[in-house]
Amino acid sequence: MKFRKQRIPLNALVGILIVGAVALAAVLSQFWTPHDPLRINFGSRLRLPGGSYLLGTDEFGRDELSRLMAGASTSVWISLLTVSFSIVAGSIVGVLTGFLRGWTDRIVMAFNNALLAFPGLLLALGLLAVVGANQYGIILALGLAYTPAVTRIVRGTVLSLREKEFIESSRVLGNSELYTMFRHVLPNCTAPLTVLATSMFGWVILAESALSFLGLGVPPPAPTWGNMLSSARPFMAQASHLSILPGLCIALTLLGINLLGDAVRDWLDPRMKGVQ
Amino acid sequence: MTTTPLVSVEGLTLAVGAGGREIVRQVSFDIAPGEMVGIVGESGSGKTQAARAIMGLTPPPLVRTAGRILFEGEDLAQARPQRLRELRGLRVGMVFQEPMTSLNPSMTIGRQLGEALALHRRELPPDARRALILDMLARVGIRDPQAALGAWPHEFSGGMRQRMMLASVMLLQPALLIADEPTTALDAVVQRDVLELMVGLTREHRTAVLMISHDLPMVARFTQRVVVMRHGEVKEVGNTDDLLARPQHPYTRELLEAMPRRLPARPVAQEAPVVEVRNLVVDYPGHRRLFAKAQAKRALHGIDLVVRPREVVAVVGGSGSGKTTLGRAIAGLLRPSSGEILFRGRPIARSDPQWFDYRLQCQMVFQDPYASLDPRMTIGQLVGEGLRLLRNMSAADKARRVQEVLDEVGLGSDFAPRHAHELSGGQRQRVAIARAVVRRPGFVIADEPVSALDVTVRAQVLALFAELQKRHGFSCLFISHDLGVVEQVADRVIVMQDGRVVEQGSRDAVFDHPQQDYTRKLLSAIPALESTDSGGVRLRWRFGAAVAA
Repeated sequence: MKFRKQRIPLNALVGILIVGAVALAAVLSQFWTPHDPLRINFGSRLRLPGGSYLLGTDEFGRDELSRLMAGASTSVWISLLTVSFSIVAGSIVGVLTGFLRGWTDRIVMAFNNALLAFPGLLLALGLLAVVGANQYGIILALGLAYTPAVTRIVRGTVLSLREKEFIESSRVLGNSELYTMFRHVLPNCTAPLTVLATSMFGWVILAESALSFLGLGVPPPAPTWGNMLSSARPFMAQASHLSILPGLCIALTLLGINLLGDAVRDWLDPRMKGVQ
Repeated sequence: MTTTPLVSVEGLTLAVGAGGREIVRQVSFDIAPGEMVGIVGESGSGKTQAARAIMGLTPPPLVRTAGRILFEGEDLAQARPQRLRELRGLRVGMVFQEPMTSLNPSMTIGRQLGEALALHRRELPPDARRALILDMLARVGIRDPQAALGAWPHEFSGGMRQRMMLASVMLLQPALLIADEPTTALDAVVQRDVLELMVGLTREHRTAVLMISHDLPMVARFTQRVVVMRHGEVKEVGNTDDLLARPQHPYTRELLEAMPRRLPARPVAQEAPVVEVRNLVVDYPGHRRLFAKAQAKRALHGIDLVVRPREVVAVVGGSGSGKTTLGRAIAGLLRPSSGEILFRGRPIARSDPQWFDYRLQCQMVFQDPYASLDPRMTIGQLVGEGLRLLRNMSAADKARRVQEVLDEVGLGSDFAPRHAHELSGGQRQRVAIARAVVRRPGFVIADEPVSALDVTVRAQVLALFAELQKRHGFSCLFISHDLGVVEQVADRVIVMQDGRVVEQGSRDAVFDHPQQDYTRKLLSAIPALESTDSGGVRLRWRFGAAVAA
């Protein structure tokens, strides 16, 4: 395909910068952090930012910056895997049911709607009780909890796509139903999927912190932005930076991902080429 | 005799923004009271915007940069919005193209028709308004006006809705009716009925009509004068008959040449048929509810037909006649309830090992070039996809074939990396044709392949199709409601009505000596062309009297 040189729009650039910085911090934390994020030091509890602890310390005297960096790697990793899991599972189920219709569709969608009617977090809690509260348990539980929403949206898009003439045109060429589904139907779902994936990223980070708050998140002492936020709650008055900093990290990351998501959606859409 | 014109458009120029591109340039024309004037042009010619400017209804980015619009001597360009609102509806009415969306689906017919009366004829008591509405509905041919008052738009067909639209506009007896492609979305017979109704109604009320269309023969049938527009400029204005018979501008001549006309009949060898359909029945299943099943609807009642090698068989009929269903069933997109389809003498069924071979041999060109190409694929990929399932063809051969076919359809390999949205409608339909012929099929089904295209583009695509058909010798089932196009391309014609074949025969037999009333009615909607010495044409309408009587 011919490469078209285009100016990268400003919002995409900001998105790339933010997401890049977060990813860099997450990777870096695997090799180096200013202090050990897990080392407890009661001599320096609840320090304010400044000095050798650049962003202060928490209620156990652990370095906040180191914990934020380490937290980035767990939070981002969990969200990434969870979102990928639901998108892949939801797309496959959504395309199959939406395209094939009939009994498959009815049975799967009845089940799907039942899951949707059930609060996602409650569902995740139940699943966690079964699979155990660890990083991969959380991914599985949240992933399954968010899959019905993806299925629903993909199916809706597929229902309108399957009536288009280009789908019939593919059939007339002798392509199998499976090929048609994954070559013609699925790629045309990318726009709603990218929008959904980017907003889901935010939901997952928040859900993970909610789970941590209930004691079912990533078990301490390993830091995640969510459990840092919830453990900072009693110290809101004395050390507000402990709440503000992880919250800011979550908000900034979400902003970055949303900007990037919009840019990716436009970039994947051939109709947007040459516009601007 | 000099009368003051009802509307006089003088040097009208519309641009996108004050200094932007000019969509309409220096357009001038007059409409006398009670006169019928047509504006003819292709998409993008500015005809719709020029007409809408009379009502002050051009979309926001368009501004009038020059010219005047005089309505009964009053300069509308200077009029305040308040005054324009008074004129709209009461003095100038408008009928839109798409009857499916121009009525509000959440209002009953009665309320919608009453709306304009309530606004402009406030002095009338409700009973009198109601009586007026009932009269008008009866006049436009609604069978039970009383019941129609409480009915919803979705309960009526497109033709019926357009009649109601017309009724709602004519209720106020405006001095001018602007009809923007009023019947383009309807099939030929309904189209003619609605237009005749429009002409009758407007004559009764001495309403002038400005008819906007891309369809020159249709406009010519009903108007006294025609304005030909292209690229925002008026190319020619004149008395309709003179303009057709002695076109002055090259573009007018081009439009006339693009009108489909009969070519000499080709001999068709009586060889064994390529495709044979025996007693084909298709039912559409009713909607399944939770506990019940609505009754199935029979779309085809036992169709028989044969298509011989290198033959073009046209299937014609109004909407709902089952012609598209027939094409889809033969293409294997629908499962017939009973009956047989034979390809080169062998019955074809999905379980048959020959099915796949038939799939490869039978290709289809769809109606809407905007929906039949996957927006995410490049033209090269779209055309190349047709070769994907040919296992014993090398990648290099495939690439060469794609190139060759793109050249054949007049696009060239420059188009290969582009996407469908970068192409015009005609170019897209060329891609669709390339996709169908790239595998060198034996049989092509073309479902209304040119109905979405402008007249001159239509002529080019039809010429391309005929040339490819001659070169590669495939048989073709050509489905269309446009008998003009059929007259040009078909060797044999099958006329369908309500899921049954009512008449079939060679093109000349069906067009010159139709046996059925329905066929005569279809034919009466299109003109036969007779060339004149001065490079123009004269239109001859068939069976006009026979049908009217």
